[in-house]
Amino acid sequence: MRFKSLALAGASLLALTMTASAQVKIGFITTLSTPGGYLGEDARDGFLLAVNEEGGKLGGVPVQVLVEDDQLKPANGKQIAEKWLESEKVKLFTGVIFSNVSIATVPTILEAGGIFVSPNAGPSAFSGKACNKNYYVTSWQNDNLHESAGALAKKLGYKRMVLLAPNYPAGKDAIIGFKRTFGGEVIEEIYTSLDQTDFAAEMARVRAAKPDAVFQFHPGGQGIAFLKQWAQSGLKDQVPMVVASPSLEQKIVASVGDAAIGIAGTSHWNGDLPNEANKAFVKAFVAKYNREPTVYASQGYDAAKLIASGLKTSGEKLDADAFRSGMLKVDAKLVRGNFKFNNNQHPIQDWYEIKAVKGTDGKVVLQSGAKVLENHADAYAKDCAL
Amino acid sequence: MMRQRGLFVLLLLAFIAVPFIAGALGNTYMITMATRVLICAMVAVSLDLLVGWGGLVSFGHAAFFGLGGYVVAIAATHATQGGDIFGWGGTNEALIAWPLAMLVSAGAALVIGALSLRTSGVYFIMITLAFAQMLYFVFVALKVYGGDDGLSMTSRNLLAGARITDARSFYWICLILLAVVVALVGRLLNARFGLVLRGAKASERRMAALGFPVYRYRLVAFVIAGAIAGLAGALWANLGRFAAPDMLSWLRSGEFLVMVILGGSASLLGPVLGAAVFLILETQLAAHTEHWQVIFGPLVVLAALYMPMGLWGYVRGRSS
Amino acid sequence: MTLVLEQILNGLQFGLTLFLLAAGLTLVFGIMGVINLAHGSLYMMGAYAAALGAQWTGSFWLALPIGLLAAFAIGVGVELLVMRRLYGRDHLAQVLATFGLILFFNGLLAWQVGRAPLLMNGPEQLAGFIEVMPGLPYPIYRLAVMAVGVLVAVGLWYLIARTRMGMLIRAGSTQREMVSALGVNIAQLFTLVFGLGALLAGLAGVMVGPIRSVQIGMGEQVLILTFVVIVVGGVGSVRGALAGALLIGLSDTLGRAFAPSLLKLWMSGALADGLGAALSSVLVYLVMAMVLVVRPRGLFPMEG
Repeated sequence: MRFKSLALAGASLLALTMTASAQVKIGFITTLSTPGGYLGEDARDGFLLAVNEEGGKLGGVPVQVLVEDDQLKPANGKQIAEKWLESEKVKLFTGVIFSNVSIATVPTILEAGGIFVSPNAGPSAFSGKACNKNYYVTSWQNDNLHESAGALAKKLGYKRMVLLAPNYPAGKDAIIGFKRTFGGEVIEEIYTSLDQTDFAAEMARVRAAKPDAVFQFHPGGQGIAFLKQWAQSGLKDQVPMVVASPSLEQKIVASVGDAAIGIAGTSHWNGDLPNEANKAFVKAFVAKYNREPTVYASQGYDAAKLIASGLKTSGEKLDADAFRSGMLKVDAKLVRGNFKFNNNQHPIQDWYEIKAVKGTDGKVVLQSGAKVLENHADAYAKDCAL
Repeated sequence: MMRQRGLFVLLLLAFIAVPFIAGALGNTYMITMATRVLICAMVAVSLDLLVGWGGLVSFGHAAFFGLGGYVVAIAATHATQGGDIFGWGGTNEALIAWPLAMLVSAGAALVIGALSLRTSGVYFIMITLAFAQMLYFVFVALKVYGGDDGLSMTSRNLLAGARITDARSFYWICLILLAVVVALVGRLLNARFGLVLRGAKASERRMAALGFPVYRYRLVAFVIAGAIAGLAGALWANLGRFAAPDMLSWLRSGEFLVMVILGGSASLLGPVLGAAVFLILETQLAAHTEHWQVIFGPLVVLAALYMPMGLWGYVRGRSS
Repeated sequence: MTLVLEQILNGLQFGLTLFLLAAGLTLVFGIMGVINLAHGSLYMMGAYAAALGAQWTGSFWLALPIGLLAAFAIGVGVELLVMRRLYGRDHLAQVLATFGLILFFNGLLAWQVGRAPLLMNGPEQLAGFIEVMPGLPYPIYRLAVMAVGVLVAVGLWYLIARTRMGMLIRAGSTQREMVSALGVNIAQLFTLVFGLGALLAGLAGVMVGPIRSVQIGMGEQVLILTFVVIVVGGVGSVRGALAGALLIGLSDTLGRAFAPSLLKLWMSGALADGLGAALSSVLVYLVMAMVLVVRPRGLFPMEG
């Protein structure tokens, strides 16, 4: 299956040299190498699925998707954007997964008169005062992830908690976001280092602090190691854990197995959300790629659907204002359901409780529960003059 | 030596031609790409001073590159957005910020070098790597200056009060600075300093017996190389108007080493060639296949195994 | 008090895990004089082979030999194709070649196995806890990892000090001609030693698979700390690697465990949490710097 998508990307590159047509070129800058590569892979595959379903079009406009790996290096993302702006005359960009790449790349695109639609990263740097009418975030503002976890902890009635995150800005933001909605007492904040692989020392500290529950945010492999060691230390059966979506998504659950069972998470999307668009998406994704979609795949797909909504009004000429009016209308059925853009062009959407359960085939799967937050916006929109 | 000079002129002419070719093709991206080559070439030349001429395989050179970038970005941030660092309000003037970047990188090189040069061989490789990694994590965690997200500059530095907005003028600045660096390093190598450094690579004991304080000479070389890398970092931050921790990462250090060896260590101009070939090859491969590493990795291995003299060895022929 | 003991145990456990990784690296360097940056890749390949093996066979005990064999085979392949051309060369060529190998192995796995992290469970027999002392339950699996670390230390000591192969290895590193004169094929010996180093890396990969993330890039994540360990211990010395691993493991763990609470004696909670975290993340590097100021060739420098 991987070869198919490779061939697709290859074919689009080939097509680019041969046609000088009325196609709209979409620059998909994403992370495909490094440990974070699977996020970009899934976002890309979800995006391409939407394009595929429309027979190479989005919103009735023929599109051509250029894909390139930014290697999680900010300078590379910017370099690719410059290259495509210049030599391919690309005007519409998407795909970026990580905030640091986004922060380096987005200004270049916007200054050149381009449009950027983020399928994942929603850094606070661009969601407040620096918001821009050609910059859209279709996933979430970064803080939303942790705000929803905080709201869940509050809903579950936890009063005294220990919070853990790596000692870097995204980690600190996670803790700030969590506290914004949690409201209870934080007994201790434990900061880990970013290259840490063994958390025994921190877990002993948690055991000694005897909290009602813990909240932890660790990206990628660290999160996986944390969940495995948490289960092994026996704390899983003593202290409940609340996490945000990046710590409890499909691939993470698949790679930790039983260690995920019982952990409370939140997400704006899950494979079992009952709306029709989602049912169709999951079925089509599995049929095409022979694997279950992740939340990143759903975000790639939704980003494509929203872009389609913009292209419907702008047409092939891709006038930025016409595109904007279409985008903001959200003339699309998103797989996450309820969605609209806030004034800062970030989502207003619902957040659900998520938990890992044993599926019928013995595999651990994610199951969505009640809404934790309804029509949730972000805290930065009020600073945006749009 | 004559031939070396001829090749130097040839290479210089090639670099001078780039903006004109790009202009004729109407392709400014080419200039940006070439600027990137110039900046990496500068780092590679400075690294070669240690690796090729001094026999000191530093695996942490990116640390000084990154520091230089951060100095410029931090100074610009305070100059445009207020605030201060150690009571200093920052600057957007290249004539202050760039030398400062060199100074800070040189200072860090002095401390790291003083400790690392007490060791040698494989210890030196690993300890420079470890120190660079430590600095990397410091910047990742540094929330005031963006941490992991990096630090943006609203505009490029001013050069003596003048704006450097277009790609072409910035390219010329980088080219002139690279030429100056190459000329300086070349002179240094032919002066007594260079002779001692090269002598110590061949036989540390002999140089010590001749009464030269080898440690001190090496430390000076380490500091000079650090300062040049700092300048390159300042230019890099200006090119992208952005400094990020990935500038200091150990992968970056590895890439600089690859450039040096690919081009040919201890050849002064080899690293320039190495930087050009490395960057062009990497971007071309990455643009054509997402699995570029599967091709690029073995190419690097082959270069290590079968090109001990690097590309420069082939260009120069076997005459020397 | 129990907490202090528990943290010391955690530090020892972490140290022995580090030793598993450092042992192979330092062995290869000590004997063949090559620096192998791709040691972490061999660790990753071992973990991947075991994780895939566990998925096929459904058993950790079958996956263990699969992981070891794969790492050994890949190690032998790497030696035959690449490393043996690097023995006489300077460290620079070795660094470059093994850097290329890292890129290759990462790219290969992303391409052929996929980019998502893999599932790898520990054996059911080793799930659960033992009360190592009253009020201190400890995961059996972690104790098993410690036991493996100790076994490897003893096994390597025995191999090098007490066996004919060890004698040849020791002699081969310093007096190649003499060993050749004895009718021993040095090239084969070196291939075997490199394979053994790879096997140790693979063993580390298999053992930590169930407690860490089996994913692309997992090798680089631990490489730097492994370097710190063998630099502190003395490059090439297995004894040094053990001492360095325990020193680094203990100082890192105890720093993370107690730095914030100690700082809280002087400053506010939030500040202490932040500063403590910053301090403990650079602590191992400070330890390394201090050791090298006193002993530039590590705690147990190799003779000669």
